Amino acid sequence: MSDRRIGVYICHCGGNISDYVDVERVREAVQNEPGVVVARTAMFTCSDATQQEIVQDIKERNLDGLVVASCSPKLHLFTFRNAARRAGLNPYQYTQVNIREQCSWTHTDDRDGATEKAIRLIRAGIARTILTEPLEPIIIDTVPKVLVAGGGIAGLRAAIGMADIGISVFLIEKSPAVGGWIGRLEKMYPHGRNGRQLIDKLVDEVKKRENITLFTNAELVEKSGNIGDFNVKIRVSGQGDKKDDITANVGSIIIATGFDSYQPGAGEYGYGIDGVITLPEFKELLDSSDGIPARNGKAIKDVVYIYCVGSRQQPDRENPNLYCSRYCCNAAVHASLLLAEKNPKSHQYHLFRDVRTYGRYELLYSQSREAGSTYLRFGEDDPPAVERCSGGKIKVTVKDLLTFGEEVEIKADIVVLVTGMVPRKNGELVDVLKLPVGRDRFFNEIHPKLRPVETVVDGVFICGACQGPKNSAESVASALAAVTQSASILKKGYVELDPLMASVNPQLCDWCDECVKVCPYSAIEKGEEQGKEVARINKTGCKGCGGCVPVCPREAIDLKGYTDAQIKSMIDGFLKETF
Amino acid sequence: MTGQAGGDKGFSPKILVFSTHNISDPGIDLAGSSHMHYPPTVLVTSMPCSSGIKPEWILYAVEKGFDGVFLATDGEECAYLPDCAERTSHIAREAQELLRQKGYEPQRVRMSGICSVCAEPFTNHMKEFSEALKKLGPVRKE
Ligand SMILES: Cc1cc2nc3c(=O)[nH]c(=O)nc-3n(C[C@H](O)[C@H](O)[C@H](O)COP(=O)(O)OP(=O)(O)OC[C@H]3O[C@@H](n4cnc5c(N)ncnc54)[C@H](O)[C@@H]3O)c2cc1C
Repeated sequence: MSDRRIGVYICHCGGNISDYVDVERVREAVQNEPGVVVARTAMFTCSDATQQEIVQDIKERNLDGLVVASCSPKLHLFTFRNAARRAGLNPYQYTQVNIREQCSWTHTDDRDGATEKAIRLIRAGIARTILTEPLEPIIIDTVPKVLVAGGGIAGLRAAIGMADIGISVFLIEKSPAVGGWIGRLEKMYPHGRNGRQLIDKLVDEVKKRENITLFTNAELVEKSGNIGDFNVKIRVSGQGDKKDDITANVGSIIIATGFDSYQPGAGEYGYGIDGVITLPEFKELLDSSDGIPARNGKAIKDVVYIYCVGSRQQPDRENPNLYCSRYCCNAAVHASLLLAEKNPKSHQYHLFRDVRTYGRYELLYSQSREAGSTYLRFGEDDPPAVERCSGGKIKVTVKDLLTFGEEVEIKADIVVLVTGMVPRKNGELVDVLKLPVGRDRFFNEIHPKLRPVETVVDGVFICGACQGPKNSAESVASALAAVTQSASILKKGYVELDPLMASVNPQLCDWCDECVKVCPYSAIEKGEEQGKEVARINKTGCKGCGGCVPVCPREAIDLKGYTDAQIKSMIDGFLKETF
Repeated sequence: MTGQAGGDKGFSPKILVFSTHNISDPGIDLAGSSHMHYPPTVLVTSMPCSSGIKPEWILYAVEKGFDGVFLATDGEECAYLPDCAERTSHIAREAQELLRQKGYEPQRVRMSGICSVCAEPFTNHMKEFSEALKKLGPVRKE
């Protein structure tokens, strides 16, 4: 038996859990576990009302342990740690049990199996909690400086934002000039603003600020340290093979390295045929022509756009891009308006799958139709065929679903492949920062709604199109979100780290130095305890990996929060018979 | 209930998975968010780094009734230890040796690198391991 006083809260998650797990049965099964004083279910444990209830229970019933069984700890670990703290309970005496991602959602096909599993998971969580002790977080002073990687619109705006809050910025751009994709554009949607000028203005603002240091031809090559106190090495390429390494100390890192445009394969919708071009190529052509846009000396009159090239690909392809690239419907519709303006005699045909000119961009779509654009819809399993034909024209054949599958043939001067966004190849950056990459291979945030610019690497933030397709307004909005998140840490002056640390039981240790040999952080040294030589953990050096734990021949080392006793009691909890 | 049926069709092996907070756990979470299915007798516990797993825990788990133990390791991605994959393989081999000494099949321990988006590989590992353990039969034969 246990003399602990533990509260257990089991979440319905509005059905995300309770549709697949019998939550009430789970509660009944765990309420009499040793140490459990109160066991409740809640529609949403993360709601203010339930948090309040938890706080009240802790206070009124004098709880000394808390178990929340809901979603992945990636979402609400801090929510419930804070609730515990508010109630006066040490936050490290709380355990999060994941019964959503790792239970209800994986076993939507087996209600009994999922219910039994949830019971086992929670029992292990209770067993672990019984053996928790109050721990204090490690406090680290933060360095009031930031590294921003990527000098597109997102990175430039983030740099200015940080500088204005009073935080010094190192802004690094891989290419010889800042600006990213926007720096190459003339008229942009929705307001017709000139992209190049927009970037020039931002660069002026950067130059005005003494606390921004900009490096071009520069890349991040090394990172060590922790949130609040990173050491980074920036490699700046000079003329020829000359390379300079600059080291800097920063408190946080903002990644704004942008995207690449999808490059169609040879023969994909006729790519390779003269006159079949991508959207960026077409935009450049429009931007660079003063009068009527022409190709090979001939005015461009008949244009076919093929949408969703490189986006929303069929799942049976190799490494398909399943996502919608968001910006391209708007950009293509906008480009057609520019052409209509420059050549009112042009005929433009948009072969689309779905027109996603969301929000106010719908107005652009209406304008383009008023300006004479024709929209034809093709099915994903019946894409248009593109062939070369006589007289320098290109023949496009499509079955138009809007006219019940009528086959339409168009002879075009150019065919514009409306290409989507793809993740930029940035393997080295991913390696250096251990950046998490999502299913679509863009950088991944912790949670798209609740923590949209934070990553699982503490102190590293992402923004702009490196985390997924975004237009410029959306990129800047996320850049400013990253500024706020990052500055809120740096301005506070310190961060709290989990007290993840190894500890040595001096009674068991007889200083054989096996642990010293395996610690790459030199965090273990020889100490003395009652006249006996023992290993001692250096608090600031220890990273809490636990690598020394299994090598100790005397089983004298434990990782706090993951002790030998805790793991074994969790195993017992997992295995206890259920119903 | 489960796992006690003694090798007949009703036997669904209990598998303990050691995963890691930042690398394999997001991958396993992603399997759930994508509603991929693996047997519900797979139970996951997560640690900072797979190099911190004690071989004795693996033996303990098997002695107490887990039919198999899977180490979802960090591999090259580990933020703590550059040689994490080698360390964890060493731990897995030691655990297999411990099992052998106690008369358990060493095939009850498996390991594989599981990355933060390895939802499908993880699901497949669980299905395959579960099938392999069915052939071996329950760890508790009585
Ligand atoms: C043809 C076309 C037309 C468009 N038209 C419009 C429009 O009209 N309106 C609109 O709102 N949006 C438009 N967009 C979308 C717009 O381009 C993006 O929203 C915007 O560029 C995203 O900004 P970003 O800073 O995130 O990325 P990027 O513009 O891609 O900038 C990223 C920067 O990071 C640098 N970088 C990359 N890797 C590293 C590294 N490892 N270290 C350091 N630096 C690195 C790159 O060199 C680049 O300078 C258009 C896009 C295209 C392709």
